[in-house]
Amino acid sequence: MSSRTGRNIQRYAATTRINHWIVAISFVLLALSGLSLFHPAFFWLTNLFGGGPWTRILHPFIGVGMVAAFALLAREMWQDNTWQPRDSIWLRKIKDVINNREENLPEVGRYNAGQKLLFFAMVACLIVLFVSGIVIWRVYFSSLFSVRLIRISSLLHAFCAFVLICAIIIHIYAAIWVKGSIRAMTRGWVSPGWAWKHHRAWFREVTKGVHSK
Amino acid sequence: MPLQSLDIIRRSATSLPEPEVRGAYTGQVAKLIDTTKCIGCKACQVACMEWNDLRDEIGTCSGHYDNPHDLSEASWTLMRFAEYENPKGDLEWLIRKDGCMHCEDPGCLKACPSPGAIVQYANGIVDFQEENCIGCGYCVSGCPFDVPRISKKDKKAYKCTLCSDRVAVGLEPACVKACPTGAIVFGTKEDMKEHAEERIVDLKSRGFDQAGLYDPAGVSGTHVMYVLHHADQPQLYSDLPDNPHISPTVRLWKGVTKPLALFAIFATAAAGFLHYIGVGPNESDEDDEEAARRELEKAP
Repeated sequence: MSSRTGRNIQRYAATTRINHWIVAISFVLLALSGLSLFHPAFFWLTNLFGGGPWTRILHPFIGVGMVAAFALLAREMWQDNTWQPRDSIWLRKIKDVINNREENLPEVGRYNAGQKLLFFAMVACLIVLFVSGIVIWRVYFSSLFSVRLIRISSLLHAFCAFVLICAIIIHIYAAIWVKGSIRAMTRGWVSPGWAWKHHRAWFREVTKGVHSK
Repeated sequence: MPLQSLDIIRRSATSLPEPEVRGAYTGQVAKLIDTTKCIGCKACQVACMEWNDLRDEIGTCSGHYDNPHDLSEASWTLMRFAEYENPKGDLEWLIRKDGCMHCEDPGCLKACPSPGAIVQYANGIVDFQEENCIGCGYCVSGCPFDVPRISKKDKKAYKCTLCSDRVAVGLEPACVKACPTGAIVFGTKEDMKEHAEERIVDLKSRGFDQAGLYDPAGVSGTHVMYVLHHADQPQLYSDLPDNPHISPTVRLWKGVTKPLALFAIFATAAAGFLHYIGVGPNESDEDDEEAARRELEKAP
């Protein structure tokens, strides 16, 4: 999967990057339209989508699109996100993480424990959001379900959306915080130094048997 | 659907006070439906169709007298017929005119996310303003009585308006006007309670010991009330809820969840900002590139 391009190391292939940004743009649209219907303070955001009824019409379709795109992304990234003993150690040293003392942390593979937690939070949230979203999709599906289930689904949908929004804020901040990460998802490559510093185990793996020029 | 009304006391998805906080002095109205006087003629249904210009689709016979089968965008009121065998072994035909109960604490209004799509007037009437309705159906899940219906044609919510347009100009609702037995009466809430009291005394003298008024406290009372022969068993009347109230799930969803979630979202973003200012970014530098280079050279 990962290969070296010149001196730099490829972290994300073009298809992965495109898919990531489809998911990202869908998320932004869903968060804006969802918040507009969640809290009256944000109802004005419905104007971005052509008014209240259009927001109500578009939101679930964008949601289905996001779930489909994310499913492909998750399938690709699942293997690299499985939990390992070193991830628990990493988590216990969260203070060193926050204070940029990476020298105190165990070597990190393709993803660190924080990224893995975020990954599984997204998987869990999107599953619940998808299922509850179908139940509260009034035009097509709600007539199939009891009002009790619709009420619970509405609450669950709001709760998981809230968790997801907070998780994505952390995700976006982490990309701003750890310099070079955004380039990995826009251009696809990272410098050897970046990989060495932040994902040393992954660095060793992708450079195995490759001589420096 | 008047956009400007100074008579509004409550408005969906709105946190600022409405004009009527200055005071509403004319009092509240109520419709009293005396199920003990109802003969099931459906004149009220016809009057509702006529005044509100509604025509439901012609349905099919489902083996009982309910026609149409259910409330709909075009049937805002409906006689529900229940056959009840009392302990003496006699048949009682319990007919209830179903429709919006105009709760004092309306679950639909609480659930509605669109500002001003549902309003409550000072006289207690709960009204849908379809021009503001976005068709999400939250009112359907908010209602403890299963009343609002989303139209399949325009995807907006409809229900009984208690003829707010008629009441606003001093007329009684169309169903009241049409009722041939006086089973439906309309007036101030106080007057209707008094009238109900007289009816209950009369019913008790005729052997209906459990006769009573249905004005459920769980929704702070309703502006459509029933006189029931069996007030201790409202569910006999085609599942009239025993103790209707806004569901705790809806209260949670539309209550404390909203400000708490927004606060937590802003706090998360603020934490990121403060971290960037306080701790700063995590950068890889020339030393790291150098270390990576050495590592590569070390490789066999």
